[in-house]
Amino acid sequence: MKYEVVIGLEIHLELQTLSKLFCGCSTTFGREPNTNCCPVCLGLPGSLPVFNRRAIEMAVTVALALNSCIHPQSRFDRKNYFYPDLPKAYQISQYDRPLSGGGFLQIEFDEEVRNISLERVHLEEEAGKLIHSGESIMGSEYSLVDYNRAGIPLLEIVTAPNLASGREARLFLEELRSVLLYTGASDCKMEEGSLRCDANISLRPAGQKELGTKVEVKNMNSFRSVELALNFEANRQEELLSAGGVVVQETCHWDEEKKETIPLRGKEGSSDYRYFPEPDLLPLVLEDSFINQIAATLPELPASRRVRLKEQYGLSGSEAVLFTVNRPLGDFFEAAAKLYSDYKNLSKWVRGDLLYQLRESGKTAAETDPQKFAELLTMLDGGEINRPVAKELLTEMVLSGKSPQKLVREKGLEQIAGDEQLLPLIEQVIAENSDAVESYRQGKDKALAFLVGKVMAMTGGRADPGRLNEILKEKISRG
Amino acid sequence: MAIDFSREVDYVARLARLTLEPAEKERMAGQLSDILDTARRIQELDTSAVEPTSHVVDMPAVLRDDQTRPSLILSRVLQNAPRRQKEYFRVPSIIRTDPD
Repeated sequence: MKYEVVIGLEIHLELQTLSKLFCGCSTTFGREPNTNCCPVCLGLPGSLPVFNRRAIEMAVTVALALNSCIHPQSRFDRKNYFYPDLPKAYQISQYDRPLSGGGFLQIEFDEEVRNISLERVHLEEEAGKLIHSGESIMGSEYSLVDYNRAGIPLLEIVTAPNLASGREARLFLEELRSVLLYTGASDCKMEEGSLRCDANISLRPAGQKELGTKVEVKNMNSFRSVELALNFEANRQEELLSAGGVVVQETCHWDEEKKETIPLRGKEGSSDYRYFPEPDLLPLVLEDSFINQIAATLPELPASRRVRLKEQYGLSGSEAVLFTVNRPLGDFFEAAAKLYSDYKNLSKWVRGDLLYQLRESGKTAAETDPQKFAELLTMLDGGEINRPVAKELLTEMVLSGKSPQKLVREKGLEQIAGDEQLLPLIEQVIAENSDAVESYRQGKDKALAFLVGKVMAMTGGRADPGRLNEILKEKISRG
Repeated sequence: MAIDFSREVDYVARLARLTLEPAEKERMAGQLSDILDTARRIQELDTSAVEPTSHVVDMPAVLRDDQTRPSLILSRVLQNAPRRQKEYFRVPSIIRTDPD
């Protein structure tokens, strides 16, 4: 039987506010353990939570960017469970009246555009961090708890079960990350845990409407792990079903070392979170004016940027993707394009030589002056300098920030434009390399390149190679 | 009403990580029965024309500015911890591995 894979993702995202969701403790990462804590985030009796406006604004920004419908009134609930990373023994979260409902994100999959639908976006508080005495939680004799993270605003984004493979899940996450970075809501660092992803995966006979039994996969620490883990789990379930077995609903951990999903044992039964409205928080009411103001300041998002880059500059799909994923580089391209209109050539230089120089020097596109870059290309086009010199100047320009005009003057690198300067050198080279001249006459084109190189060396690389070729050919055929 | 709620009491006690004596269970089963009876009586009211509320105060939540405030010093944070290790709270084994 042929099976169809059905995947739904649950993404958690720490919002980059200065203070926590319900108290004024700092959200700074990497502080001494338990020093960003107060009675509110420690859940001490008598303390009361108060909403952080910025967190709400960021949550609304993300929800709008994901085309999700903001509910004018939403409610916060207590999700009750015992776990040492949860100081109050409940998490303030949202249940049946979340911040927003629905939504979608567009991804390109094998040249095909797909809308991945979303269930909801809601806001909750982050839990603390556990450090286990053993290698993992299993069999650890004790664990240490740091509540610095507890109470940081956490946004939960839930997709509908409509992703069909590990690769599609990964593409979705990459696009989502791009959108989130554009909104400025999160730094999306999976390695620091500011972006996390859990997945539900099930199989069903192709064509069947009803969903199969799902397995929840956790502990995937990179987009690559998500892809690998889901592909592994899809294969495991398929083998199991094909052999007449049944999938057991359970929670698995992805083991990065062994590259396999391992059932989490020791978790008793299904959880009963006994959600009920958080009595310490009044309903969150968002006025139209509040939502409209955020909608009006929403930045251009990756999907529209890609389309615009293609239309406005005639860039290819892959160029548009690069200038969107690498936003500073794209911004640089656009700034330079205001002063230099050969966009194809500009893109080629920005993607090639500039990107290379930035990587070599450790500088960023934002530190480089697009005006000077445009100037450099204009000088090259106008024949003031030749290509090798242009590349040399670019290296210098990226490092020192000096203008190419100034560098040319400092270094005496202007191209030798007049033939009268080249002619004596060419004659000298022809006289000194009669063998090569003879080879060229007998049809060996390589010999000409050798002679061009000789003259070029004598000019310190400042001759126009095209013109040099012409004169040499002419001289040899005449002589 | 003579419905036996001892199973519900066991379930709630397990969720709350409470160990109850048989006498306590019996008393609480009776209390639970009374509470549910009261809820049942409330449910008899016709609320079809009443807007559902989750809070007794009819006003929206207030929002504060995103500004940091000083946190507690470490010694105060840890002062009620049954066990600590350096700057951390120390808690016993979270998931016991099965003996098999």
